[in-house]
Amino acid sequence: MIAEAGLAALWLAAALSLLQLLLGAAAVRPGGEGGLRAVRAVAVAQGVLAGLAFLFLIWLFLRTDLSVQLVAANSHSAKPWLYKFAGAWGNHEGSMLLWVTVLALAGGIVALLERRLPRNTLSATLAAQAAIGLGFYAFLLFASNPFTRLSPVPVEGNGLNPLLQDPGLAFHPPTLYFGYVGISVAFSFAVGALVTRDVGPAFARAMRPWVLGAWIFLTLGITAGSYWAYYELGWGGWWFWDPVENASLMPWLAATALLHSVTVLATRDGLRAWTVMLAVVAFSMSMIGTFLVRSGILTSVHAFAVDPRRGAFILVLLTFYIGGALALYGLRVGTVKEGSRFDLLSREGALVANNLLLSAILGIVFVGTLYPLAVEAVTGDKLSVGPPYFNSAAGPIALALVAIMGMGPLLRWRRDRLASLANRIALPVLLGALILLALSLFAPGMRFLPMLGLTVAIGIGAASVAPLWGRNLRRTPLFTWGMVTAHLGIAVALAGMASESAFTKETLVAARPGQTMNVGPFSVRFDGVEPVAGPNWTAIEARLVARRGEGAEFALRPQARLFSSPPTPTSEAAIRTVRDGQLYVAIGEEDEQGRWQLRLWWKPFVTLIWFGGGLVALGGLLALVGRVRRGRRARPEEEALA
Amino acid sequence: MKRRLILWVPLGLFVLFLGFVAAGLYAPAERNIQSALIGEPVPDFDLPPGLPGRPGLSSTALRQGGPRIVNIFASWCLPCRVEAPQLEALARRGIPIDGIAVRDRQQDLVQFLAAYGDPFRAVGADLDRRVQMELGSAGVPETFVIDGAGIIRHQHIGAITEADMPAIVAAWEAAR
Repeated sequence: MIAEAGLAALWLAAALSLLQLLLGAAAVRPGGEGGLRAVRAVAVAQGVLAGLAFLFLIWLFLRTDLSVQLVAANSHSAKPWLYKFAGAWGNHEGSMLLWVTVLALAGGIVALLERRLPRNTLSATLAAQAAIGLGFYAFLLFASNPFTRLSPVPVEGNGLNPLLQDPGLAFHPPTLYFGYVGISVAFSFAVGALVTRDVGPAFARAMRPWVLGAWIFLTLGITAGSYWAYYELGWGGWWFWDPVENASLMPWLAATALLHSVTVLATRDGLRAWTVMLAVVAFSMSMIGTFLVRSGILTSVHAFAVDPRRGAFILVLLTFYIGGALALYGLRVGTVKEGSRFDLLSREGALVANNLLLSAILGIVFVGTLYPLAVEAVTGDKLSVGPPYFNSAAGPIALALVAIMGMGPLLRWRRDRLASLANRIALPVLLGALILLALSLFAPGMRFLPMLGLTVAIGIGAASVAPLWGRNLRRTPLFTWGMVTAHLGIAVALAGMASESAFTKETLVAARPGQTMNVGPFSVRFDGVEPVAGPNWTAIEARLVARRGEGAEFALRPQARLFSSPPTPTSEAAIRTVRDGQLYVAIGEEDEQGRWQLRLWWKPFVTLIWFGGGLVALGGLLALVGRVRRGRRARPEEEALA
Repeated sequence: MKRRLILWVPLGLFVLFLGFVAAGLYAPAERNIQSALIGEPVPDFDLPPGLPGRPGLSSTALRQGGPRIVNIFASWCLPCRVEAPQLEALARRGIPIDGIAVRDRQQDLVQFLAAYGDPFRAVGADLDRRVQMELGSAGVPETFVIDGAGIIRHQHIGAITEADMPAIVAAWEAAR
């Protein structure tokens, strides 16, 4: 009965989204005052029903109800409960249901909380959100029903992909989806504002908290996903330019650009058309990412199901939504008045540069991700685009972006003087120059890009806290703290990336028990292997004892696991975190002479990458709280410049 | 007017994207990497025997003695167990099959062949996967049809299922 109840909730939610679309469209016209109240109620009800359908699916997974096809195909009664729970979204249908649920919840929350937007724009926004939902409900109900029953009922399920059996994964997809799909709100706001031709500072101020909220989740999701790939895949890398990683990075890049352009629109009434464009692009990237991953058109560890009909279905939805929004943009944005003008050397100028560079990186990632597809369509050749392309194309632009990020907040709005900027950034530049000098003296032979990265990171790290110099810290607005924290986080993460790329020491050995290896400042003794068993896996566990110089010894236990259902090998790296980095050990296979393949890495300051990511998200949170509090206290037009 | 045109550029780019993606979606969903050596002679190699009392495999052996199937497999490879009955069936049809065991150990091979059937005339031990790479094979199992002159005529990637049998038999017939 649970499956039927879930399906009923899903159908009802779909019906309500149709109602929301019609009521919302009707309430746009003058005289639709009463309509908005009904739209709000319907949107909230739709969110609740979608959430209910998702809870029903989780319930089915927790009970391991094998009469449901999805559960039988992806779960197993011997699985730990956490992975039964997480298994609900570790598959195609479940993750699409989560997608739609987040979409409906986001719409419901907007309906519940948004008070600043004019009535007709909000009605159009909620109608747009419902229109997106409707298509994806149809996709679920007609092409990816998660509640389909199975007959006869199998004795046991197939189990969950072991790579996904990790505590991090229980929370990674929901976090990412809140960002990924939450950014749909910005899309709907943009469509709503285009419909009513109401693009201005009030619109920007209303949209900003929603963009911030989605962006925080995206940042957290990407950071967590990167750490998961780092320790679970056992390759020692933290970013692989996998199509799915790119699919999450692209909306983040667009949302980051949007976050900054929306500030220009809110405070200076500039960049109107551009901001609307970015809002459309950000969620379009989410939808394109969903399509790329779910259609199986690009091969990836994340591609659950390869079914061209499902791909075609999503493609049709994309054509409607993205094509429709872009056509509306072409028709309407010409009638949006141009905003106010500004000098090149000004806060706005720096923000425009930020936007252009972020868009350039977005373009590079987009082209790199889709290039193999385009080549195959034209010539039939198969090829793949790897890290060398992405790193060398996006790396220098990212560095320039970070450099501008350090200077931007020190510039005044509208116009500034070069001399006064030079005055303000003199200290950080000096610091950067010192680092560069020290690196070229003490680390000769270091590659250029990491060296520049470290220099920029430290100089900009100092510059990013410069907006706080000479201020009364207790009276500094919370969103300024947020900006400083987020910018500092970027510099910290960059320092981690540059350090990891420049100073990592790697040792690959085929070791016999008793052998001692050296990696970086550590000596590691291999004592042999022994079998261990978990709830649904067995493993070969290597016993290693490591010490740094003459320091205390500590144990490392990397495992090569074999999951029983489905039978899949995975690698569990052993990672020892110390103050200045991580020692990372993975075990490979045994060779014919009884030696074991061991891979050891010493990665100085690698943890800064994720710590920086966390700081960025924290900065976003501070800014969000600051904005919401300010929005409550002051009337919009009294809002001070940040 | 110029500004108006620029506004439609995003839509144009999106339509371009749709075109590529739609083409990709309906292109054959073949994601395997075919060997570049089809129609070419096998590269020179000489593998030691993988099993006691049975010959190893070399390129000179493949260039004489008629068309045959070369199966790349390993005892640690799960899909190889799935395709074992199909290989047996091919052997029963009188098709000679040679094996290349990738990164394998003798005792494991003996156990594997005892458990899942042994259709092989010769088994070469490819300890470092070099010969597998030179043949243009990216994984296990893979199966090549090689004609009497040592020319690679056909490649099958992944486990051989019932449905794949006619194509492999036909390729062998054509190579005779």
